Amino acid sequence: MNPTQRSLSGSTQSPRSQSSQPFLSVSVTDPVKLGNGVQAYISYRVITQTNFPEYQGPEKIVIRRYSDFVWLRDRLFEKYKGIFIPPLPEKSAVEKFRFSAEFIEMRRQALDIFVNRIASHHELQQSEDLRTFLQADEETMERLRSQETGIFKKKPADLMQIFKDVQSKVSDVVLGKEKPVEESTPEYEKMKHYIFELENHVAEAQKHAYRLVKRHRELGQSLSDFGKAVKLLGDCEGNALGKAFSELGAKSETLSMKLQKEAYHLLMNFEEPLKDYVRAVQSIKATIAERANAFRRQCELAETLKLKEINLDKLMLTRSDKVGEAQLEYNEAKSEQAAKTFETIVRLMNEEIVRFQEQKTRDLGIAFHEFAKGQARLANGIAEAWRSLLPKLEACSSS
Amino acid sequence: MMDSENQGFEEAHLYASKEEMENLVLDDPLNSKSYSNYRSTVSTLSDTQHPLAPPIVATPAVSDPLLSPPHYREFGNPSASDNHYIDPPSYGDVIFSPFDGNNGNDVNGVDSPGRSSDSSQGHSRSPSSSSEYLKITVSNPVKEQETSNSLVPGSNSYVTYLITTRTNIPEFDGSEFSVRRRFRDVVTLSDRLAESYRGFFIPPRPDKSIVESQVMQKQEFVEQRRVALEKYLRRLAAHPVIKKSDEFKVFLQVQGKLPLPMTTDVTSRVLDGASKLPKQLMGESVIAPQEVVQPAKGGRDLMRLFKELKQSMANDWGGSKPPVVEEDKDFLDKKEKVQELEQQINNASQQAESLVKSQQDMGETMGELGLALIKLTKFENEEAVLNCQRVGAADMKGLATAAVKASRFHRELNTQTVKHLQDTLHEYLGLMLAVHGAFSDRTSALLTVQTLLSELSSLQSRAEKLEAASSKIFGVDKSRNRKLEELKETIRVTEDAKNVAIREYERIKENNRTELERLDRERQTDFLNMLKGFVVSQVGYAEKIANVWTKVVEETSGYVNDNS
Repeated sequence: MNPTQRSLSGSTQSPRSQSSQPFLSVSVTDPVKLGNGVQAYISYRVITQTNFPEYQGPEKIVIRRYSDFVWLRDRLFEKYKGIFIPPLPEKSAVEKFRFSAEFIEMRRQALDIFVNRIASHHELQQSEDLRTFLQADEETMERLRSQETGIFKKKPADLMQIFKDVQSKVSDVVLGKEKPVEESTPEYEKMKHYIFELENHVAEAQKHAYRLVKRHRELGQSLSDFGKAVKLLGDCEGNALGKAFSELGAKSETLSMKLQKEAYHLLMNFEEPLKDYVRAVQSIKATIAERANAFRRQCELAETLKLKEINLDKLMLTRSDKVGEAQLEYNEAKSEQAAKTFETIVRLMNEEIVRFQEQKTRDLGIAFHEFAKGQARLANGIAEAWRSLLPKLEACSSS
Repeated sequence: MMDSENQGFEEAHLYASKEEMENLVLDDPLNSKSYSNYRSTVSTLSDTQHPLAPPIVATPAVSDPLLSPPHYREFGNPSASDNHYIDPPSYGDVIFSPFDGNNGNDVNGVDSPGRSSDSSQGHSRSPSSSSEYLKITVSNPVKEQETSNSLVPGSNSYVTYLITTRTNIPEFDGSEFSVRRRFRDVVTLSDRLAESYRGFFIPPRPDKSIVESQVMQKQEFVEQRRVALEKYLRRLAAHPVIKKSDEFKVFLQVQGKLPLPMTTDVTSRVLDGASKLPKQLMGESVIAPQEVVQPAKGGRDLMRLFKELKQSMANDWGGSKPPVVEEDKDFLDKKEKVQELEQQINNASQQAESLVKSQQDMGETMGELGLALIKLTKFENEEAVLNCQRVGAADMKGLATAAVKASRFHRELNTQTVKHLQDTLHEYLGLMLAVHGAFSDRTSALLTVQTLLSELSSLQSRAEKLEAASSKIFGVDKSRNRKLEELKETIRVTEDAKNVAIREYERIKENNRTELERLDRERQTDFLNMLKGFVVSQVGYAEKIANVWTKVVEETSGYVNDNS
């Protein structure tokens, strides 16, 4: 998603707009490196502008760091099962040490997109945790952050196991092994299969996009070196030819800079959106895992409820003291079932998948546009630079 | 150097042989003056199919340009389009893409007028020779057996090549003729030229490369050698003096086996040396004047070799002031300039190589991205449930197709870059070797002169001493008189030899001078062509690539407008 495409909920007006359309606009800005050595981290200014009644005021500015965003994501994931929570950029322990300007900007952009997606999602934007995140002071935030124990705090191995379970269930059903604890409607299987395959395809495209960025940089470097060498060669010649060489060398160096610029543009506007796409698909996978959990729970619950009911009846018949307790348990189980967690997840996911596809199509469309624009710009720049040399070369041969 | 008439075939030739940009290893010619290092570089110029070369680039039909002469035009010599650069129509129109479609045989689009007549480009190098041509092709390698006097019968086989010449130069008898030659004959030719044309910039011959012949597959090696031979002969044909030389004419025209080269006869050299030894021991070496014309090294006169070595040491250590010193300041300046030039050409060549590699990588990665996106598109289309998926997939396909096209253009551009930049620079690097050879001809000629001069002066002082001594004695000393007579005879011979040597030295100096002028002149043209070719092809392909992407920009502009 292009950073300029911050989709506000319903309108694009500034806070001082006359209309009373509800809006919530957030921006993540001004990354600042704090701390030293291993403990170094980046803090961001998060600026909120809104007219939502639940919020403290029209504008609020807070300082947040990466782990605060993680907290928000985890809370949302817990509370809003079934919804595809927007993805976060990776933790990246290695790059953190270097904290290059590019890395910082990439991260800032991704965080900005993250918050804005939440703010423009009709359900997520109502979240209390979001309000906390956008408004609480730093100490409160720190306290909350250290309490977090969400799915993403699980060890990667556990997470992998969950995903593996989901995947193996798919193949089990395909092979005809009936496992009653797994939902297996054809549409759902198709969707799961789609998501898993999609990740592979997109990841590959992203890999090549990243390499392409590198190639731009390498070509830029080669052109620069070449330009220098050509200039030196021109110095050996005198007269018009020598000048022609010099100019060629100078153009070469100019183009080198264009290439470096384009490499950056490509990174931010094409490669990063693709990476974001990969992360989004991974987030969907996490939701799929949640759905599987919920399904299992539902089945367990159905079993449990039956048992508890039998037990209750039995106890009631024997007028036992334990009736009260058993009744309580039964009621609890019944109300959990009534919560229809699983059904909610299914309903939400169906809506979400549509929303996801639409948003993805939009975001990718923009990314493609930017990619093509950048490449066209670069190619035109190259053509122009070299073309301007031709009159001079022509002049040389006639002299 | 590239005579414009030959250039067409040379291009066609380099074309068929493909891009081995990554395999080139250039030794610094300033450090390793050995011809062999250089020649192996020069001879690897053509060859082996690059593993990543897109199949569309291979145009196998071109290996024998004689079969279809107009072929060279199809390679879209971009310099043909420089007539149009000021016109609105873009290079995209004028530059051919002969690799669109699978056959490289199309001569499509604009047929550049009179490619072989150089007026259209204004780059004619030698206006006087614009009507002459001398086209040489090397083809049809055949394995033959050594028939006679080999110690182990049937063991010696060698390869001969068919050398076909077409020319309208009157000094040749005929306009088209062929001979069969083996590599050894080429070595002979090269050695003879080196002897007769001292001081000239003689193109270096292909390497003997014993190692390569063992390591490579026989066919590969033979093909590599064929290409190298052709290049070499064409370069000779491009040299205004050498192309009309007797040695060259004989090589190209005279049927049958060429006589054995003089210098490979080791046994006779040893015998000759041995027979001269008694005379040398007596301290009376007789240098036949005509032998003075050859450098001492590689000749059979050991004594002369020693003397000249002594002289050169004396020169170096600044003992006695040598009577003839290289005082042509102009020459020394030029020499320095040439060395500087060589260094910069070498440097530029290396950077050109890495530029080519980067361009190649860019093209490849772009292609890979395109393919990955096409796969994604296919996948989305197959699995599409929602309409927006199909729309997205269609746009992605547009992008992917553009990426694949752009990738192909990058790689085509690269081929052009190799042709213009790299090949020209490499030619000149090879030429630098020839220049070194010519300069060392001059140095060794000078050394011969200096040796003779100092010998003359020592002989003369001996004669003086002998005369002074005999004048003091009364009466006639027969033996002393005889000695004096012999000495005077030696002095006369040495005097003759000295004069011949001086003449030879002057001749070589003059050759150096004219060749340097020719180098300057031709280099201007060649380098200008190189720059033009490079720039024109860059412009052409950049325009094409820009068009491809602009289309996608238009197709996807809807996304940006919607979201503003």
